[in-house]
Amino acid sequence: MTKIHVSATVNGEAVEFLADPRESLLDCLRDHLGLTGSKEGCGTGDCGACSVQVDGTLVCSCLVLGAEAQGKQIQTVEGLAQGSALHPLQRKFIEHAALQCGFCTPGILVAAKALLEQNPDPTDEEVRFWLAGNLCRCTGYDKIVRAVQDAAAEMREAV
Amino acid sequence: MNFHRPPTFADASRIAAAASGLTRFLAGGTDVLVQLRAGMVTPEDLIDVKQIPGVFDVVRTADGGWRIGVAVSGMDLRRHEDLRAEWPGVVEGMNLVGSTQVQGRATLVGNLCNGSPAADSVPGLVAAGAMVEVTNAAGVRVVPVETIPAGPGKTTLQKGDVISAVILPPRGEKGGDAYLRFIPRTEMDIAVVGCAVSLTVEADVIRAARVALGAVAPTVLLVEEAAAAIIGTTLDDAALAALGKAAEGAAKPITDRRGTKEFRIELAGVLARRAAKIAYDRAKGTAK
Ligand SMILES: Cc1cc2nc3c(=O)[nH]c(=O)nc-3n(C[C@H](O)[C@H](O)[C@H](O)COP(=O)(O)OP(=O)(O)OC[C@H]3O[C@@H](n4cnc5c(N)ncnc54)[C@H](O)[C@@H]3O)c2cc1C
Repeated sequence: MTKIHVSATVNGEAVEFLADPRESLLDCLRDHLGLTGSKEGCGTGDCGACSVQVDGTLVCSCLVLGAEAQGKQIQTVEGLAQGSALHPLQRKFIEHAALQCGFCTPGILVAAKALLEQNPDPTDEEVRFWLAGNLCRCTGYDKIVRAVQDAAAEMREAV
Repeated sequence: MNFHRPPTFADASRIAAAASGLTRFLAGGTDVLVQLRAGMVTPEDLIDVKQIPGVFDVVRTADGGWRIGVAVSGMDLRRHEDLRAEWPGVVEGMNLVGSTQVQGRATLVGNLCNGSPAADSVPGLVAAGAMVEVTNAAGVRVVPVETIPAGPGKTTLQKGDVISAVILPPRGEKGGDAYLRFIPRTEMDIAVVGCAVSLTVEADVIRAARVALGAVAPTVLLVEEAAAAIIGTTLDDAALAALGKAAEGAAKPITDRRGTKEFRIELAGVLARRAAKIAYDRAKGTAK
């Protein structure tokens, strides 16, 4: 099986890796680049735990081939914090205790960030519909929605 | 598995024609990758069409219709305001596919060629009178969308055929369309029944109509008797009743865990009436 040489940008840094053509972007992030923040929950695009942005678009990295990342800008949960300063979404998730086991959290953080980039002032309903592809089996979604709204409010004030 | 990234549809077609084993095209990958990872379908040759120029474009055609590239995602369609204003039913059908994440990748052509009888974007395309452009070694042909599905997981495309665009006709003055599906929850489920209606009006009278049903037969159905029931009417109660009856009569569903045959037949009538009302209001410009 010939491997495919892939160059991409992940969280602003140039990276290169060799992908088996069948490997998903999620496999490549975790196994070749050591970025284990993105999780595999279902591997079939249902749970959203592997959510990343590819050229700004929110996708399930389990449903993207590593080879498709060639030349793309990838944003993962590891890119949210600036050094030791957490992203407002990360801080608010902690404040609101919007997680229990935490497995779904990286995907939800990335998905919520993508939402707020294009809609800085969403309604609760918009947040719920946007996050419908991110499953949490511990907390229910109320605390998550509250944390997203609180972060959105703080981010609106910051600009 | 060999991964190909051809620069033209002619090259894509040539690779597919020369392949000796199982071949898949890769658009958004939301069906192909699920099947690959589940070990259901491991293509020998996987042909990514996203390097081909124009595949992400939505452009106005000379006659006032639209040409939609084969990699345009559900999210891209939603964000295209002119297209959505003219063909809201086509766009809302595609937008029901999956989550935000799936919308970022999933395409009309992938939905069509995956061959699910419940594919949500297909009734809207059929009702709209959409065509697909197919490229192969012999050249390019343009065929109606309803000629592509051949049954669950099957299409009429031959070895070496690749779809190179989706073409929507001109909407014209006073046209409207709508797609509705029934699912037991509000999000992320497979249609028990889907129905799309597209029509045009003149002085409130329906001049032309097309009605398509999904998930009630091995392929999408274009129901001519249902269209005939409302053409020439103002969609009064008698016309709606006749429409419902025609839709019920055309539905040939199976019973499975999503719903019984009887339930699906009844739903076909209900959804046809509701979708027709929405399409009619949209055509008259009185939709909310
Ligand atoms: C979580 C989840 C939820 C989903 N929910 C729904 C839903 O609610 N409703 C629904 O209808 N579907 C749903 N789907 C299925 C899927 O997302 C859709 O069918 C989607 O539109 C497929 O498009 P794609 O671009 O991802 O196709 P791909 O996976 O890239 O391709 C699908 C098929 O089309 C063929 N193909 C692709 N491009 C071409 C071309 N140019 N020429 C010829 N053949 C081509 C491929 O060979 C393959 O057989 C869901 C999927 C997931 C993962």
